[in-house]
Order: sequence, then structure tokens, then C-alpha cells
Amino acid sequence: MSFINYSSREINCKLVYYGPGLCGKTTNLQYIYNKTRPEAKGKMISLATETERTLFFDFLPLSLGEIRGFKTRFHLYTVPGQVFYDASRKLILKGVDGVCFVADSQEERYDANIESLENLRLNLNEQGYDLDKLPYVVQYNKRDLPNAMSVAELSKSLNGTQVPEFEGVATTGVGVFDTLKMLAKLVLAELRKGT
Amino acid sequence: MNPMNPQLVMFEEELKQIQKIADRLQQDSRARSILLIDKNGQLVAAAGAAHELDTTSLSSLVAGNVAATGGIAKLLQEDEFTGQFHEGKGMSINLSLVGRRIILVVLFDKNTTPGLVRLRVKRAQDELVPIFEELAKKALSPQNSPLPDITDQDIDNLFND
Repeated sequence: MSFINYSSREINCKLVYYGPGLCGKTTNLQYIYNKTRPEAKGKMISLATETERTLFFDFLPLSLGEIRGFKTRFHLYTVPGQVFYDASRKLILKGVDGVCFVADSQEERYDANIESLENLRLNLNEQGYDLDKLPYVVQYNKRDLPNAMSVAELSKSLNGTQVPEFEGVATTGVGVFDTLKMLAKLVLAELRKGT
Repeated sequence: MNPMNPQLVMFEEELKQIQKIADRLQQDSRARSILLIDKNGQLVAAAGAAHELDTTSLSSLVAGNVAATGGIAKLLQEDEFTGQFHEGKGMSINLSLVGRRIILVVLFDKNTTPGLVRLRVKRAQDELVPIFEELAKKALSPQNSPLPDITDQDIDNLFND
């Protein structure tokens, strides 16, 4: 959950990028890191294997500016997507304020998307969260690939609750900031409710 | 709000008390730096030579480390491992829990000993627990709801770059 520091007038929130292995979660963060001006970002940390697969998490701290005199800081995390890292994924979800589900648009990853989304719901429930009550967005990544399914098909199976959804090509940055901005907005709007 | 993981808030009054305890712990234990980090990876307070450190990255990694250790404890049917100690050639680190939400980090060098650090940490923990309990109560109070007057326009303005 967010950390509101009235003393230093700071709002700190945690956003988690979730999705199946190789869907582009880390690539989203890398693009954000590369395109953010130095004073607005901290160091990006990747706890990865030797083959550059996420082992525990990626972490990127961002400062988005001030809102009513409060500095807003967002801590972006990715989870390891590979199925067998489930214990680690659960840990990363602790204290989450908003979730972005990154789906891989390729037809052959359809089942992996479904499995990962079910896993997200289950792991959130274990922590006492309900995905339907959390700030939540979906990104259909890899739209540039020839074997990408249509957005309508993906939306039907992966976005039953019709949360904001975006088409993405994380390698070139398409949709990356739109996704982040919407999620950050939803998190701040939730914070305003103070519920 | 998720009852298992309530929002953390910090106010001037409590921060002063926490800062005083952290400063004294740093001096009494002859440590380099003291960090207080919430289990979600947010830095809450720091003392000593913390300005030399990348405290944002450290906070995230320490929280990840404690979360992983907590996961191991759960698998072994332990409630929690309350402390961790990592010894380096120059710098060592002592991690301990304050209540259920906060991690107390002591970074120290050859200027002191692990025994002295642990001894002083115990006293600081006892003093810190009631302060964070009070903060947890305040966080649940509706009049402390953050930013009630924030507008859609305020949020939109953040992204007009």
C-alpha cells in the first residue's frame, strides 16, 4: 500500500507489471527508464539470471512531479514471468497499489496469458486483494508481430471487466507511457478516495 | 483498504521521535548508517552517512531480501526470521524487524562489532514499536485520509509534459 509522508510531503506508490514469461514486462521498464529525464528517475535494478531472464524482480523508481504540494513517487516493479517462480511473484505483489497486466499478443502465447492472469488473481487473493477492486490496466504487447491475435479477441478473453487497455510495442515504446500514465492516474484517483 | 496491508503514513511529530532514536542508535552502536524501511521497500527514515548511499535502491533490495527470507520461513513453518546479518570485508549489515511492517537496517564497519550492534538494536526496536503502532492507528483514521481535495485536473497536470 502507498506510503504518505506528511512530514516530507511525499506520496509513494507501488506499481507491478505482471504477465507471462517473455511478454515484455522488463522491456516496458527499460523503455521508461531510457526515455525519462535523469532527475526524474533512480537507478533501474534488475535481479536477473545469466541469460537475462528476470529472477526476482526489476525495480525502477520514478518521480512524476508534484500534486497539491506533494511529491509523487512511483516504484515500478516487474515479476518473474516464468511459471516456476510463483513464490517470488507472490512476494512482489505485497503492498501493491496498481497492476499492469502485460499480455503477449502472439497466438501461441494465448494459453500462457490466460494462465498468468489466473495466477495473478489467485496470488492477489492470497494477499487479501481483489483484482477487480485494484487500479488495473491491460497492455497487449508485441502488436508488431505477424502472428499477433486481434485486440478484440484478446480483450474478450483477457479483459472481461473492461479496464483500460492499450496496444503496445514495448521495444519501440508504442503504448508504454500511455499504459503507465493511465495506471498512475487510477492509483492517484484511488488514493483520493482514501478508502 | 486492504486490512492485511494498511497504508503507511508519517507525520512530523512521529518522524522526529523516530529520527531521534535512529540518530542515537547510530552513535551508540558506532554504525555508519541507519535506515528504517517499510516492508514494501519505501525508505521511512535514515541516520548517519545515509547521504552517501543510494537509499532508494537499497530500500527496494532490502525489502526484497526480507520478503524472500519471510517466504523461506513460511515454507519451514516458521512465523518469521526476525533478524539477518551479512558480513562483508569492509561493510556489514544487520537487518531486524520492528513490529510487522518496518525493517531496521544497520550498516557498519570495523569501527564496531556485531555484538554491540545487536545489543543497541534491541533497545531501539523496543522504543520504535509503539511509535509505529501509533502511526498505524492514525492511518486508519478517516480524518487522515490523504489529499481529499485532489481533482482530476491535478492528476492530469502531472502528465502534461
